[in-house]
Amino acid sequence: METSRSATDAAIAQVFREEAGRLTASLVRLLGDFDQAEDLVQDALLAALDHWPREGIPARPAAWLLTAARHKAVDRWRREARYWQKLALLESSPLADAGREVDDRLRLIFTCCHPALAREAQLALTLRAVVGLTTAEIARAFLTSEATIAQRIVRAKRKIVVAAIPYRVPADADLHARLDDVLTVLYLLFNEGYLATGGETGVRRDLAADAAWLAGLLVRLLPGEPEALGLLALMQLHQARAAARFDAAGNLVLLCDQDRGRWDQAAIKAAGRLVVAALQQRRPGPYQIQAAIAACHAEAPTWAATDWPQICLLYGQLVRLDPSPVVRLNCAIAWRYLAGPAAALAVIDTLAADLARYHLYHATRADLLRALDRPDEARAADVQALALTTNPAERALLAARVF
Amino acid sequence: MKYVMFLVGDEMGDMSDPAVAQMYGAVGQWWGEHTQAGHIVGGHQLQPARTATTVHRDHGKTVVTDGPYMEAKEAIGGYGILEVPDLDAAIALAATWPPGTKVEIRPIIEM
Repeated sequence: METSRSATDAAIAQVFREEAGRLTASLVRLLGDFDQAEDLVQDALLAALDHWPREGIPARPAAWLLTAARHKAVDRWRREARYWQKLALLESSPLADAGREVDDRLRLIFTCCHPALAREAQLALTLRAVVGLTTAEIARAFLTSEATIAQRIVRAKRKIVVAAIPYRVPADADLHARLDDVLTVLYLLFNEGYLATGGETGVRRDLAADAAWLAGLLVRLLPGEPEALGLLALMQLHQARAAARFDAAGNLVLLCDQDRGRWDQAAIKAAGRLVVAALQQRRPGPYQIQAAIAACHAEAPTWAATDWPQICLLYGQLVRLDPSPVVRLNCAIAWRYLAGPAAALAVIDTLAADLARYHLYHATRADLLRALDRPDEARAADVQALALTTNPAERALLAARVF
Repeated sequence: MKYVMFLVGDEMGDMSDPAVAQMYGAVGQWWGEHTQAGHIVGGHQLQPARTATTVHRDHGKTVVTDGPYMEAKEAIGGYGILEVPDLDAAIALAATWPPGTKVEIRPIIEM
């Protein structure tokens, strides 16, 4: 019973992903009002959640959702002066196959991820309007209250309307900068889901799967953008190794200790092909390079057989594109396996001021100090790392070293 | 859409400094071009924040104090009224503000 219930839930989530964004996009275009269109779709999704688990998923879910949205429009607009005009718009629309001809979801994505919106609002709005999550699901995924998420969404939508944030794909001159904003939102979503896997699972939605689906959608809608392809490949490579990240007791397992037999080799091969396809476009970017690094790790038969010279070369390229302290830290971690722990520690110590509050800085230092047979300093660094870590799985790993 | 852009940055410096004079020239030209194009439909440079006077009412009594209402490191040095299609157009315009200082864009409520 329990399994059939969750199978139905998964099937509904799948249909929402495919249909909610299309319907929202079509209604925004039709009504010219982002706020109302998005609300109507959310209403329709809630109606579907009420009916579908009992009655089954309808044969034409898009048409069902549109009809539900129309009914909700009647309820919502009854008291408005332009009631009949607006309703006529909806009634006359040949929307039964909403957006099948023109896929408007790209505009929707760019509007939800507009840089004039707060980051957390971008995340919540993208999940609701494009992926078809309900406010309650988003709240559970971010371990916060429904009221908080609802308020974020209301504020963001009010800003879209009042400040006239446009509903369109940015012009060529702005496209790449704005695409970076979208990719950042998707990667944040992915990490939110991926890192949370160690926490209390079960009721929480798999945001990593949602983010990977969004990245796939973006690649379909914007072919010829190698960074989007790179991000998709990067997510797929992480997912291919996800099963080995935790042991039977639910403890986090580091890459060097993972059982590579549990990696999904077919998925790794497929993602590797995406990396090659992206790099062949000869417009390298940070996501493509990170994906290439992840592919190097994923394709190594053992930890010892890892191609460190290649990985260090790629990190060098990444640091040139993005010389942020965290990237330099990761570069130094790889450098250790070519040049030894003393050389890596020398690099890492130059990052002390920038990364004093970053737990992985201290955890990395601890590792290197242990390798250099300086156990007291190593332990002190582990204690600092533990104090700065909130993720339960990471905390458990560090605590095991300290205590 | 109408927006006001608040130009952050108090005193621009001494006009006898050639770099300052050059910046004034660049700002003047930029303002002129956007006014001509109809994107800027009004606005002014303001005297420095130290010339500000703040007035408020306390229990029916008018209280006048010296200085801006908010003590901040960064003060508003001027403002412009924009008439552009949408926020992206306003952002694109603000991004070319010659001094490169912060610009806050706020939609105007039109009655």
